[in-house]
Amino acid sequence: MLQVNNLNVVIDDLVLAKDMSFALESGKVNVIIGPNGTGKSTLLKTLFGDIHTKSGEITFANETLQRKQLSRWRKQFGYMPQDIRLDVELSVLEVVLLGQLNALGFRLDDSVIKEALSALDKIGLLHLANRPVNKLSGGQCQMILFAQALMRKPQILMLDEPVSALDLHFQHVLLDHLDAQTKEQGWITIMVLHDLNLAAQYADNLLVLKDGKLIATGHPNNILTPSLVKNVYNVEADITKDAAGIPFVRTIRNNRAATSIIENKEPKEQAIKVAEGAF
Amino acid sequence: MQSALISDAVSSQRRSEKRRWSVISILLIILVFSFILDVATGPSLLNVKDVANALLNLIGFPVEVDPTTQVIVSSLRLPIAIMAVVVGGVLGVGGAEMQTLLNNSMASPYTLGMAAAAGFGAALMLYFDSLGLNTNIAVPLGAFVCCMLAAAFLFALATMRHISSGQLILAGIALLFLFQSLLSLVQFVSSPELSQQILFWLFGSLSKASWSNLSIIISVTVVCMFFLIRDAWKLTALRLGEERAKSLGVNITRLRLRTLLIVAVMTATVTSFVGIIGFVGIVAPNIAKILVGEDQRFFLPLSFIIGAFLLSSASVLSKVIVPGALFPIGIVTAIIGVPFFFWLILGKRR
Repeated sequence: MLQVNNLNVVIDDLVLAKDMSFALESGKVNVIIGPNGTGKSTLLKTLFGDIHTKSGEITFANETLQRKQLSRWRKQFGYMPQDIRLDVELSVLEVVLLGQLNALGFRLDDSVIKEALSALDKIGLLHLANRPVNKLSGGQCQMILFAQALMRKPQILMLDEPVSALDLHFQHVLLDHLDAQTKEQGWITIMVLHDLNLAAQYADNLLVLKDGKLIATGHPNNILTPSLVKNVYNVEADITKDAAGIPFVRTIRNNRAATSIIENKEPKEQAIKVAEGAF
Repeated sequence: MQSALISDAVSSQRRSEKRRWSVISILLIILVFSFILDVATGPSLLNVKDVANALLNLIGFPVEVDPTTQVIVSSLRLPIAIMAVVVGGVLGVGGAEMQTLLNNSMASPYTLGMAAAAGFGAALMLYFDSLGLNTNIAVPLGAFVCCMLAAAFLFALATMRHISSGQLILAGIALLFLFQSLLSLVQFVSSPELSQQILFWLFGSLSKASWSNLSIIISVTVVCMFFLIRDAWKLTALRLGEERAKSLGVNITRLRLRTLLIVAVMTATVTSFVGIIGFVGIVAPNIAKILVGEDQRFFLPLSFIIGAFLLSSASVLSKVIVPGALFPIGIVTAIIGVPFFFWLILGKRR
């Protein structure tokens, strides 16, 4: 269990985590949602030991995060940062291999190469193995970095917006694989997502952040409500549930109602204004 | 079916490794040719075959060689030719690692002010009349100390947590300007004779090569290369970006410091003995990158070999441009380096 107690993070007078406490269990997919700049990526970096905490405690498997033992702490993590650019003269296979950095010798063993290839195979990208990585699309790079993170064989896997560049098909390939592996391997998976519907479909536990505060946590079926969406994003939303009780969020355009009233009331005046604008 | 595809991909990776080793071997052979040519050229032009025989004789193959040729080769030409290879190699590797560390293909110990600092140290020693020491020891020592001081400043910055690679490069460029100004200042206040002496040191020259200098440079190079190759995979991971390398378990601060220290020691050592030789440090790694990519297991040795080849062939050119006279090698490297540089820039734009 990853336990966070009374976490406070302040960077340049900006409060990015305020009295945050939560516990994450093994074998569960935890999804962090919240508006931009609210401290989602900061939270991941803090858990990874990359950002100084003002106060608070982070523990995992009876070990507390300490500056002095950072290397040992990080060994337990797989971490896929947000940036997906890969401007480097390496093959896809070489990039994936780097996930097993400590197992690589000057001469590569067949076993470690096969492991990397099978990681690629599982996400359907084996055919790209020998391609130069700087010739790939953003989405392909993202999938390859996902394979790299899996190669770390982590106990805690953190992913910062892992599907931001992926098409619909690969969004589900990645998230299905992630969900299955989390359950099978007993990982604690923590990822940041912006798409509330993907979050609702894949999260076992949702962490909702706003202004550095954890304002709600729990299973999406229980906590994802129109009032929560309004409170966090200031957006109106309809939420319906499917047969399995999974919420579906349909947001409503803020100015849609107002626009339609104007169009209905004064169609001629609107048309004249548009015509004048054209000249 | 899938296992067959995986086996195919494994053999394809092995083929790609083999191809890169072949590239390295071919360039090594080209380097051997330029090395032999370097030994053969000079005031008395030797027959390439005689030179090859003399070299074979030296490494233990009993071959008939004219005794004069044997003496010229082993006492006069060989130290200079080996110096060209080792110094070129070190400059190539220094550039390669600076570019890796700072994620910028324009970085090298030269552009980051280390060479300028060495020049300033040497000039200072010449100005103060070697502080009463033997000039052959004092000048390299002054160059070494100043180069390490410049590197120490970069170390201090590199240990700071929130200093990015870009900021390190800017700091290095600022150092370059600082030491160039200080160097000009020393030249400005020196007598014309002394100023000329400083200028000659700055041109860079392999002629001070001796077996004792070489033994120092080679020992330092071997030790440094050992440590760099040991970090090969970590340095490769660094090319994915600092944040990503960190996420793969690399201790960035420690790797940066260790690599900077190694590059500084190598650069300071060679610069203190041969003066300032530019462009090899930038050009060699860029060519190596095009040929074998950025897997450091191949990139590192090839940067060495290409650097060595560039300086070795520059050494040949410096002797044949004006027959009978030795053209300063620092000038030759820049002259052949610039067209290369433009080719690289334009090539990248395409």
